[in-house]
Amino acid sequence: MRVELRGITKRFPGVVACHGVDLTVESGEVHALLGENGAGKSTLVNVLFGLYRPDEGEVRLDGRPLVARSPADAIAAGVGMVHQHFMLVPVFTVAENVMLGVEPTGRLGALDRDAARRRVAEVAERFGLEVDPDATVEELPVGVQQRVEILKALVRGARCLVLDEPTAVLTPAEVDDLVAVVRQLAADGRSVVFISHKLREVRSVADRITVLRGGQVVGTTTPGESDDRALAAMMVGRELQLVVDVPPATPGPPVLEVRDLVVDDDRGVRAVDRVSLDVRAGEIVAVAGVQGNGQTELVEAVCGLRSPRAGTVALEGADVTGQGPRRVLRTGLAHVPEDRQRDGLVGTFPVADNLVLDQIDRRPFSRHGRIDRGAVRRHAIRLVEDLDVRTPSVDAPASTLSGGNQQKLVIARELFRAERLLVLAHPTRGLDVGSIQQVHRRLVATRDRGVGVLLTSSDLDEVLALADRVVVLYRGRVAGVVDRADADRELVGLLMAGGTAEPGGVAVPGRDGEVRAR
Amino acid sequence: MSAPPGAVDAPPPPAGGGAARAPTPRPGRLARLAAAGDALLLPALALLTALVVGGLVIAFSDPDVLDEWGSFLRDPLGALGASWSAASDAYEALWRASLGSRAGLGRTLVETAPLALAGLSVAFAFRAGLFNIGAAGQLVIGATCAGWVGFTWDLPAPLHVAVAVVAGLLGGAVWGGTAGILKARTGAHEVITTIMLNYVAYNLLNAALRSDAFQPAGRDDLISRAVAPSARLPELTLGGVTAHAGLLVALAATAAASWLLDRSTVGFHLRAVGANPRAARYAGMSVAAMYVLAMGVAGGLAGLAGTVNVLGRPSFTLTSGYYSFIGFDAIAVALLGRAHPGGVLAAAFLFGVLRAGSTGMQAATSTPVDIIVVIQALVILFVAAPALVRSLYRVRTGRSTTQSFSTGWGAG
Repeated sequence: MRVELRGITKRFPGVVACHGVDLTVESGEVHALLGENGAGKSTLVNVLFGLYRPDEGEVRLDGRPLVARSPADAIAAGVGMVHQHFMLVPVFTVAENVMLGVEPTGRLGALDRDAARRRVAEVAERFGLEVDPDATVEELPVGVQQRVEILKALVRGARCLVLDEPTAVLTPAEVDDLVAVVRQLAADGRSVVFISHKLREVRSVADRITVLRGGQVVGTTTPGESDDRALAAMMVGRELQLVVDVPPATPGPPVLEVRDLVVDDDRGVRAVDRVSLDVRAGEIVAVAGVQGNGQTELVEAVCGLRSPRAGTVALEGADVTGQGPRRVLRTGLAHVPEDRQRDGLVGTFPVADNLVLDQIDRRPFSRHGRIDRGAVRRHAIRLVEDLDVRTPSVDAPASTLSGGNQQKLVIARELFRAERLLVLAHPTRGLDVGSIQQVHRRLVATRDRGVGVLLTSSDLDEVLALADRVVVLYRGRVAGVVDRADADRELVGLLMAGGTAEPGGVAVPGRDGEVRAR
Repeated sequence: MSAPPGAVDAPPPPAGGGAARAPTPRPGRLARLAAAGDALLLPALALLTALVVGGLVIAFSDPDVLDEWGSFLRDPLGALGASWSAASDAYEALWRASLGSRAGLGRTLVETAPLALAGLSVAFAFRAGLFNIGAAGQLVIGATCAGWVGFTWDLPAPLHVAVAVVAGLLGGAVWGGTAGILKARTGAHEVITTIMLNYVAYNLLNAALRSDAFQPAGRDDLISRAVAPSARLPELTLGGVTAHAGLLVALAATAAASWLLDRSTVGFHLRAVGANPRAARYAGMSVAAMYVLAMGVAGGLAGLAGTVNVLGRPSFTLTSGYYSFIGFDAIAVALLGRAHPGGVLAAAFLFGVLRAGSTGMQAATSTPVDIIVVIQALVILFVAAPALVRSLYRVRTGRSTTQSFSTGWGAG
């Protein structure tokens, strides 16, 4: 289906989110929308999907104007959307989720489960979307849940599919699968709008790329005629150095010592199995691994949020095992949690209050239990400018900021707070190139003022760019420790996937038989 | 160590990327006034609607008016006139008995004090994400403690009042704090525990009222001895209006709660726990301690409500029954005041007017007191259904996101 957006303008109080945007997506084309956080990508596709009415401009599908009052109208016209956050019922099966709202019914309105299952299997097979119709959604990995979302749209007859930052939650292998699915959809004559700010993916999946900045189209190009640098420059509006310079570290004494740590996850399944690692002052240690290999539980145990089964965590030589976040934070640890919206922010609080959420007890923000509003505000204005957080004012509730800016809020706060050790889970997930570069530079600067940095990431580029040492976790165990000099894509990728490390350049800790390919 | 500014050269702000960028001005006085107006408009319209509907109920519950409507076809103006005069007479009597006379204003203020304190109790807990349904029980325990000190101890006047007030405060705090501890330690939902503690409190009071320590000599109905004059709240008279010092207690508590919530680090922690307990825990706050503290303070405030009621006029005695009524009005007052101390005080004053006026209304026009309960319920109904009021008066959706108090129990 040919999709045309003509002169779309959408204003919000105080902001023009889209300004006269033209976009044409041909049938059988994968069209990527590239832009920084807040560039207007999501607003634009929400107009297409009927969630927003444009103030000016029109949407045409195969030449016919579409006036969508609600997503139902857009769906009826053949537009499907996969949101960043999935809209699935966790306890339903795949088939039930896919057919929800369009259930085939037999006599007396009884559900025809067999028909539903057949229909799901049929569509799934046609597009190579491998998925078991009888599996319960909550038990599926994120990548498969996303396939269910795509299936939902296809079963409802979508001829144009919008994917809003589909790769943000995926592992590298899942990204490859998604790219294959998207190409298959295009080959079938469907048009795909693919939103992302990851240059590598966009270049691998798209036929054409349109770059948005500040609510306007900067230009449209193809992967062939532009490289990463050019695209990044279009997005940000200036030349960017994509990989930050990281001078050699000058590490001091250890600030974090983890010994034989054993941690169970919420279901009581062993998530971290006898892990030992050190972080010294003034070095960056990256814990690399595909999501779900124990990084989350490791970080939670280090920060006192989860009690370990066995083993010890010591900060600056003091044992803090199982002491709870309050005590641990007091020792000078700063933590950027994995889910910043849920765990790092109070959405109804103003930006300024969120920037002191874990420091309100300290001077100058309060004295003898009395908050100094002026000091809190001044501090907020400084941090917001420092990390370029886009907010109408420091008094705006944090929940009104875009996702990327909410993240930057938490990162800004913790960078400021970090005294001895900074722990970050996926520090730049969901951020745009300009912000990633900014955050990376800050991390290196934090390291260079003598703070130990422990970060977890499943993004190989990030791990390789920053880490002085890489600890690879696989199924809760240390699969290998690689120093900066020896770290390359292939080796770390191999260890992350559970491959056996070749001798030479790889230090495999102690016990024999710990590293095994499966 | 904090990050020294300029340790890293900040990259220049991106050109052209400023769609969402704006200076960060301090919110102007005018904007704040407008926001306050916004917050007041809906409750005011809700009150107006409730009074109109209440007027209809008054008119149509009057047998004479119904007679007139029976002959509507013969004399339509007579029916309408009778309806109008029935409603307006009732409201006029209500006005005279509450705000329209010095004695009435005094009664209104006396009614306002315990309502404000009990409303603050519910509102305070709510800001920490807790639904305190137990104001009634905390109030009973507070009143019992204060009353017992009042009629058994023998102390010089100013000291006796002070000790009795503190006893009431502590009694309520212990009762509320118990629910907080149960929640913090075992995760027991405060709605369940506070309701159950209410029953325990009522029956403790009834048992006490049957005991020799409480019962006046020669009586066997459920009423206590009268509080000694030395423990009674002093009367305050200003411009011919007489109330008692309970009003000062309520005003001081409102100011204290307001300061505690908005200006203190404790209040900051409390509100953070209420709005997002996960983030609060990640930020190193003790969620359990905040639950205990919030319920303790809430219980203390409710205890004070019971205290000013038993130490102030007109009762000076403990009886069973009355307290549960005020305990549940407290929830309505907190809802109407949007869980903000100032708003709660205003809502308590409104309810005080309605309560003080209702007796006068019944005396003058034989309109049943129950009609006031109907009007109170209607105000709450319309406040809880803002969409209804908005569509009724074609008010645009407010810019400010209001704290939703009425959306459900699941938020905690």
